Amino acid sequence: MVRVVFTPSLQRHIACSPREVEGRTVREALEVAFSGDARARSYVLDDQAALRKHMSIFINGTRIRDRVRLSDAVPDDAEIYNLQALSGG
Amino acid sequence: MSDRILVATRKGLFSIEPYGTGGARWAISKVDFLADNVSIAMADTRDGCIYAALDHGHFGVKMHRCKADGAWEECATPTYPERPESATDTDAWGKPIPWTTVKIWALETGGPDQPGVLWCGTLPGGLFRSDDGGTSWELVRSLWDRPKRKKWFGGGADLPGIHSICVDPRDARRVQVGISCGGVWETADGGETWDSVGRGMRAAYMPPEQQDDPDIQDPHCLVQCRSGPDRLWVQYHNGIFRSNGGGRIWEEIKEAGPSTFGFAVAVHPEDPDTAWFVPAVNDEKRILLDGKVVVTRTRNGGQSFETLGNGLPQEHAYDPVYRHGIDVDNKGERLAFGSTTGGLWISEDEGDSWQCVSRNLPPVYRVRFA
Repeated sequence: MVRVVFTPSLQRHIACSPREVEGRTVREALEVAFSGDARARSYVLDDQAALRKHMSIFINGTRIRDRVRLSDAVPDDAEIYNLQALSGG
Repeated sequence: MSDRILVATRKGLFSIEPYGTGGARWAISKVDFLADNVSIAMADTRDGCIYAALDHGHFGVKMHRCKADGAWEECATPTYPERPESATDTDAWGKPIPWTTVKIWALETGGPDQPGVLWCGTLPGGLFRSDDGGTSWELVRSLWDRPKRKKWFGGGADLPGIHSICVDPRDARRVQVGISCGGVWETADGGETWDSVGRGMRAAYMPPEQQDDPDIQDPHCLVQCRSGPDRLWVQYHNGIFRSNGGGRIWEEIKEAGPSTFGFAVAVHPEDPDTAWFVPAVNDEKRILLDGKVVVTRTRNGGQSFETLGNGLPQEHAYDPVYRHGIDVDNKGERLAFGSTTGGLWISEDEGDSWQCVSRNLPPVYRVRFA
């Protein structure tokens, strides 16, 4: 299982609690995490399902490299942190 | 006359209403979305709904709606379809145009005979239509897919954007949109087909042989007279233009008092010859002339202009006004405008005199009578 955690600053706009999901890549994990919650998905991913420009994702403390396809591999028992990037102010 | 003004700012949506004996003074009556970036707001006079577009920066653009019961809710945000691999549209740097809503820059209702119809203009240049009051949106592919869109480019932004939408009061199927930088486009069939119609505009920022190209023009703001819809005004990048032909043919106004440069324009709803502008020095110096906040007004279709400053700061004022920063009420008597420096002024006499509502608002993006 993978644990997906969302930045506290997101909670001001939409309730988005940590989720335990299955997934071998960031894409797979996020799609499960957002299943049935399209609104939360739209806060993290853009119209093309890429990571929003001023968001960052870390897997066990390492920033992901593929922001478009979200193909970075996710180890078992990993933590995926969705954070706001300071580039966005 | 309208008794509520919506002011969309960098840090929230402010409602301004009159108070005191006879409503002689105006003040902030309500603040919504405090700390959030509100790029545009609009009241739908057909059903009383208010719409606000928020740009959360990190979390993207979101549309909110307030129905007559006074409660805000997040409704659908215009969203682009999947970008096909065959797409070849690129920006000025050769990077693919993002098929994602970067900014909501224009929002208008359809006609009185079109309940629920809304139009929404965005960066990177897509126009959206809703038929259900913002519950869902659809990209207007008939405009987005026009090959000429590849000629558009950003004006004041990396990406092109639709900032003005004029729905003809005689026939709501006829809609014109203003694009920076893509000129003026028109549909006469409710969005089924579109034509570029901005002939007569002059792009001084282009090589001479391209200055007349209608598809690369930079109208900063486009407005249409309600009672005389064949008259439209444009505050343009390098001047002021007027159309007597329903927006299809444009004439340049070469003298307009202190300057023809600016961003904002409002037209009297019942007198097509009366329009207001907020001039600045020029595109190289986007500041006010001589440190004075003034509004210019023509009452004769642009033959001459008055400079109005009674009640406005007249020394060391550095208060430029964005393109949606001025509005006139539905009778043409009240005016309001807000500045990038957080000033907000109201006139009850068509601009002859002004009262200051605030000098401390966040940067003002949009002023709109409700």
